[in-house]
Amino acid sequence: MTEPLLAIEGLTKSYPGVVANSDVTFEIGKGEVHALLGENGAGKSTLVKAIYGLIRPDAGHMLWRGQPYAPAAPQQARAAGVAMVFQHFSLFEALDVAENVALGMDNPPPIRTLAARIREVSNAYGLPLDPGRLVGDLSAGERQRVEITRCLLQDPHLLIMDEPTSVLTPQEVEILFRTLRQLRSEGRSILYISHKLEEIRALCENATVLRLGKVVGRCDPREKSARALAEMMVGTKLHQPERAAHKPGQVLLEVKALDLRAPSAFGTSLKEVSLQVQAGEILGIGGVAGNGQDELLGALSGELRTRPGAVSFKGATVGHFGPTARRALGLLCAPEERLGHAAAPDMSLTENALLTGAWREKLVKNGFINARRARAFAESIIKRFDVRTPGPHVAARALSGGNLQKFVIGREIMQRPEVLVVNQPTWGVDASAAAAIRQALMDLAQGGAAVVVISQDLDEILEVADTFAALNGGRLSAKRPVQGLTMEAIGLLLGGAEGDSDAAA
Amino acid sequence: MDFSSINPVVLMAALMVAATPILLAAIGELVVEKAGVLNLGVEGMMITGAVVGFAVAVTTRNPYLGMLAAMGGGAAMSLVFGILTQLLKANQVASGLALTLFGLGFSALVGQGYVGISPPRTAKLNFGFLSDLPVIGPILFRHDPMVYASIAIVAGVWYWLNYTRGGRILRAVGENHDAAHALGYRVLRVRMLAIMFGGACAGMGGAYLSLIRVPQWTEGMTAGAGWIALALVVFASWRPWRALLGAYLFGGIVVLQLNLQAAGFRIPVEYLAMSPYLITILVLVIMSSGRARKSLAAPGSLTKPFHAAG
Repeated sequence: MTEPLLAIEGLTKSYPGVVANSDVTFEIGKGEVHALLGENGAGKSTLVKAIYGLIRPDAGHMLWRGQPYAPAAPQQARAAGVAMVFQHFSLFEALDVAENVALGMDNPPPIRTLAARIREVSNAYGLPLDPGRLVGDLSAGERQRVEITRCLLQDPHLLIMDEPTSVLTPQEVEILFRTLRQLRSEGRSILYISHKLEEIRALCENATVLRLGKVVGRCDPREKSARALAEMMVGTKLHQPERAAHKPGQVLLEVKALDLRAPSAFGTSLKEVSLQVQAGEILGIGGVAGNGQDELLGALSGELRTRPGAVSFKGATVGHFGPTARRALGLLCAPEERLGHAAAPDMSLTENALLTGAWREKLVKNGFINARRARAFAESIIKRFDVRTPGPHVAARALSGGNLQKFVIGREIMQRPEVLVVNQPTWGVDASAAAAIRQALMDLAQGGAAVVVISQDLDEILEVADTFAALNGGRLSAKRPVQGLTMEAIGLLLGGAEGDSDAAA
Repeated sequence: MDFSSINPVVLMAALMVAATPILLAAIGELVVEKAGVLNLGVEGMMITGAVVGFAVAVTTRNPYLGMLAAMGGGAAMSLVFGILTQLLKANQVASGLALTLFGLGFSALVGQGYVGISPPRTAKLNFGFLSDLPVIGPILFRHDPMVYASIAIVAGVWYWLNYTRGGRILRAVGENHDAAHALGYRVLRVRMLAIMFGGACAGMGGAYLSLIRVPQWTEGMTAGAGWIALALVVFASWRPWRALLGAYLFGGIVVLQLNLQAAGFRIPVEYLAMSPYLITILVLVIMSSGRARKSLAAPGSLTKPFHAAG
């Protein structure tokens, strides 16, 4: 048995109120791609921060090549040969690529020498970079290249990657995987954190599964199905959202020949969009990002006004109404961007609940906030949607993505909408939270509401929707029943959208 | 009205002297803002420097010791601001304003015994034949050492920010403090040092007013110079050489105003006194209309407090 590169024994770290890691033990061998699996809040990030020297564990110890290893700062971790690519990139937009790389090194060479080495190393690993460009001008994929190149220049033995693919296009993921396999063939080890199970099955040979800070399983992910992995993560049988087929009802939401100029220079204008959604129906709207999804949501929510007849709710024209008036009627929306659009990051959950629930839940009377009712409303959302947070006084920013998403979707559902429009309801959300959100949307439709799900995740649409329409270049296709619709058929419906978006990317 | 009484050579020479205090204060504040901190207490630190420098110079009969003391005084004031905003996470705008008000009151108290006294003279440098050159000599080569020191500081800050590792770290901290923290840099330490550098520069600028430019101590003598310095940093879009240019521009306005008054130019004094501020506002408006470029120039984490979260 060869000595592992890094052995972690009994690592424990607690924060006030939470035990982030409890007695975590695992090993990473040389040249191994090791997956760290777990739901949001399972303690993955805390664990890698300890390995990278950003936090100190309360108990337990680590061995690096058999020697005690306790980095007090990232500099020490880097000196030992640990490098890390962060989930939210640790880059500086106003600085150029070479400067960004230099900041991640402990003894950077002069900038000119460094620029030459950046070119050399980034090309060698198939990640070409121009060292003179400002990071602010780069795409998400290119930014990640900067991070990876920064790590590679230090000749690391262990590369930690925290959710590396969440912001990448499929093509960029492909390139990344090629690079990671090349690194493995050079004898470097990789600790790969993700909750995208198919990726882990494609890349990793060992997996450690964390749940609520504890190691709950080890496996070879290549031998397990994605479903089995997901169940190890969640700890219960993952239940597939289900419901009875819908019975057509009254048309609740209708859009007729909606033309809308995009409000920003980078948006997509809507062209003659028409749709109808009935009570009990879930309409899935698919399409690649940037084809008018944000504009469509805006037109339906009332953030973008249209001519009165373009949007009607239960037969009444509402196109000229703002969001508050539409909410009062029963047409509710949950936008894609959680922080900053669906929720105000620095306000508490109670205040955020109040922001959209004030009228329908009667949380405001004569201009005064009824604090008790508002808090009770926030608490009821937290309870019903299993939002993991110490309480409604916590700022929205402090919640993990999945928990905040459950909160903002739950906030609308709790207001008993007659029509609910959601954009990307499960983007960046872990498996069990996603299943809970989808189930809630289905239950809502089951109860007689009309639901519009705008999503780029076609699997999601096939799972929840009754009918499907494709949004492409601001035009919406006619809707089809989902039953009997295959991926191929959807690809055709997206009608050349695939080719176009590739050319644009 | 007699414009012939305005001598362009004297005007230019006076301009450099008039610009030096705001230049010193501005270059210090520029470094502070590059680190992601907005210290609105420049005026308070300047006037503290002015009175401390004056008192020490009068007591020791040495203007350079006064300058040093002024730097210490300004830095001490900024340390108060640093502790409030960085360690105790107080709001930067409110703390900065409080610092200005505190500085004005504190300096008036300390300066009571020094009104009407003349400070020791600061000798002008003599560069030999260079100083004797016609036109160029009096404009460029017959000033006190602080004028040259201020230009050297600008050059040093420019070089340090752009070409050294320390400068790069400071810009990184100002641009994205979370990322800098994740890479293992000490955000608060960098910011504290930057704040104290800014305080020392502002103190020096204040002492230049009371010891060389005026030279005398009067209550509230900075008269808004600190605010001009703050505007100057934005005017310069956080670039040191542009700050130099802007300082000389504002200095020129101040001097021209005095000269026009002396020449009996028929315009109420108040209009002239307003002009630097009006131009500052005008420049700010023009600058903010060029949206995208300016938003790139401002440090990304400016005024945001840093909390080291797990």
